[in-house]
Amino acid sequence: MLEKDIIVKERDVLERVGFVLDEKERSGSFILLDNEEMASNYSEGVTLYSMGKAVQEIKGVKGKLWTLVSKEKDQWTKLAASQPPRGYFIHVAKGVKVDKPLQACFFIATSRLTQTTHNLIVLEDGAELHILNGCATASYVNMGLHVGITEIFVGKGAFLSYTMIHDWAEQVEVRPRTGVYVDEGGKFISNYITIKKSKITQSYPQAIVEREGSAQFASLVYAPANSIYDLGARIYLNGQGASGEIISRAISGGGKVYSRGHLVGNAPGIKAHMSCDGLLLEEKGSIIAIPELEANHPDVEMSHEAAVGRIAEEEIEYLMSRGFSPEEAKSLIIKGFLDPEILGLPPALQQEVNKTIEMIGEGSL
Amino acid sequence: MLLIENLWVEVEGQPVLKGINLRVKSGETHVLFGPNGAGKSSLFFAIMGFSRYRVVEGKIIFKERDITHLPPHERAKLGLGISFQRPPSLRGIKLYQLGKLMGKSEEEIKRYAEMLSLNGLLYRDVNLGFSGGEMKRSEIFQLLLQEPDLALIDEPESGVDVVNIGIIAEAIKKLLQKDMPILERKRSGIIITHTGFILEKVKADRGHLLMDGKIVCSGNPEEMFNEIKLKGYKECVKCWKKTL
Ligand SMILES: Nc1ncnc2c1ncn2[C@@H]1O[C@H](COP(=O)(O)OP(=O)(O)OP(=O)(O)O)[C@@H](O)[C@H]1O
Ligand SMILES: [Mg+2]
Repeated sequence: MLEKDIIVKERDVLERVGFVLDEKERSGSFILLDNEEMASNYSEGVTLYSMGKAVQEIKGVKGKLWTLVSKEKDQWTKLAASQPPRGYFIHVAKGVKVDKPLQACFFIATSRLTQTTHNLIVLEDGAELHILNGCATASYVNMGLHVGITEIFVGKGAFLSYTMIHDWAEQVEVRPRTGVYVDEGGKFISNYITIKKSKITQSYPQAIVEREGSAQFASLVYAPANSIYDLGARIYLNGQGASGEIISRAISGGGKVYSRGHLVGNAPGIKAHMSCDGLLLEEKGSIIAIPELEANHPDVEMSHEAAVGRIAEEEIEYLMSRGFSPEEAKSLIIKGFLDPEILGLPPALQQEVNKTIEMIGEGSL
Repeated sequence: MLLIENLWVEVEGQPVLKGINLRVKSGETHVLFGPNGAGKSSLFFAIMGFSRYRVVEGKIIFKERDITHLPPHERAKLGLGISFQRPPSLRGIKLYQLGKLMGKSEEEIKRYAEMLSLNGLLYRDVNLGFSGGEMKRSEIFQLLLQEPDLALIDEPESGVDVVNIGIIAEAIKKLLQKDMPILERKRSGIIITHTGFILEKVKADRGHLLMDGKIVCSGNPEEMFNEIKLKGYKECVKCWKKTL
């Protein structure tokens, strides 16, 4: 599938979002090209199907769809529900740990296209998987709509890291809708990184976390002029000792960023923390941090911190006194601000993300 | 090397330096004394060209060039360097990475890190969570990498344990080419100190007492320091007035 003309031609675009054509580095590949699905899997214990095929051939898939995200939620979920399900179905068998990342790409190759997707990920107890999702538009596409429904089940003691790198064109509207269920002792990490300006991106995934489980949502966002990013996450900590964390680092280069979060503590011994850091580079931009903490049990530990401001002149001048130009100094500080180390990724993924951040640092000037 | 003429500087609209005159020749090491808030660090920041330290009158000449209105990075390129009394933290920028970006080889970085025994800090964010003593060593480390012709060293030994003071002193001696015969020495330095510990190890040529934004006394650094230690800053001024 990776020999397809368009894929080879747009190789650079794909690689920017972490999708490589060299499949040796991956445990499986999936592409949604406009609305055409292609999947290939090379790992034991992993099932990777296109959703179209999965709903027909695999028992129980259909029944799991729309259980973590409501069809009636909004106009976008309704739109997705009106389409045949396209996307991926990933299943990892009990106890199977996959170390190479599985890569998926949602690619818009036709201008003004509406791409809808519905993905389902199921990790059985004790399984481990790292998914790298890249979203991009072909270099010549400048308009489109992407609506993505994703439902994720993380089994007892299982671990899923789910990383998304977005590189949409300027006039693309992005509406992901994600629901996550983390069973006892399971661990879920979501990372969202965005490279270029898209018109509007609005996303507010929700996770339910059972006893001793954990969920983390992190986002690194650079918002250029005229872009709007409305990002957040809600975590219900329903089981004893569950923990949740929301980390947001946003830079506005003239765009508008909402950084939301809602942590709900419903059980004793839960821990939840949210941190929003914002850097405003241009006068026109804005960053709005809206953290919400909801404690429904006295024995909880919940906190949030938010800091928004411009790059400290003191830091720029510190670097200037070491011989860096003001531009170099700013670029370094921006890259440092978006330090992917805070994401806690496995080394292979970390490298991919480092490349992306490098590009944001250069591009932001 | 450095010539400062009648320098008046304001910070936040308040005067901090009130007519400073200072000349530091090539190869010389000078020491700045003075009570807290006298304006010592401000003088360094003004020499380095930081924007909050606004020169309202006077001139700063470095290597025969008027640098009064140059931005800090151009001054750095001309050969000025500073180690901060209280440096800011740089989140997400590793000390090692900074060294690399300053154009240094891995070998050099490792060598100087070894010298200042800060190997453990190379892969940490610059100054973030560093202890007081670690910060001082990291500052001197960066200066060693930078190799400035005039090093402005602000309180290198404050809050540093005795062992590390020795290490820092050695590094400063290297920085200021103290291992070379006087005539061959090219690099100069100005050191701010309250404790004088550094003076026992790094020999200085001249001392200055800065009070309320003015240099009120200059002379032999050791004698000045002993005088200050015994009688305080005020007495030192008196003695100087007498000699006028
Ligand atoms: N950025 C600044 N903003 C406001 N005030 C400042 C600033 N920098 C210096 N000052 C003021 O200028 C005066 C001189 O400060 P400076 O730091 O130069 O003193 P110093 O001689 O280095 O003192 P110390 O021995 O305590 O380090 C002080 O009153 C200080 O509060
Ligand atoms: Mg000072």
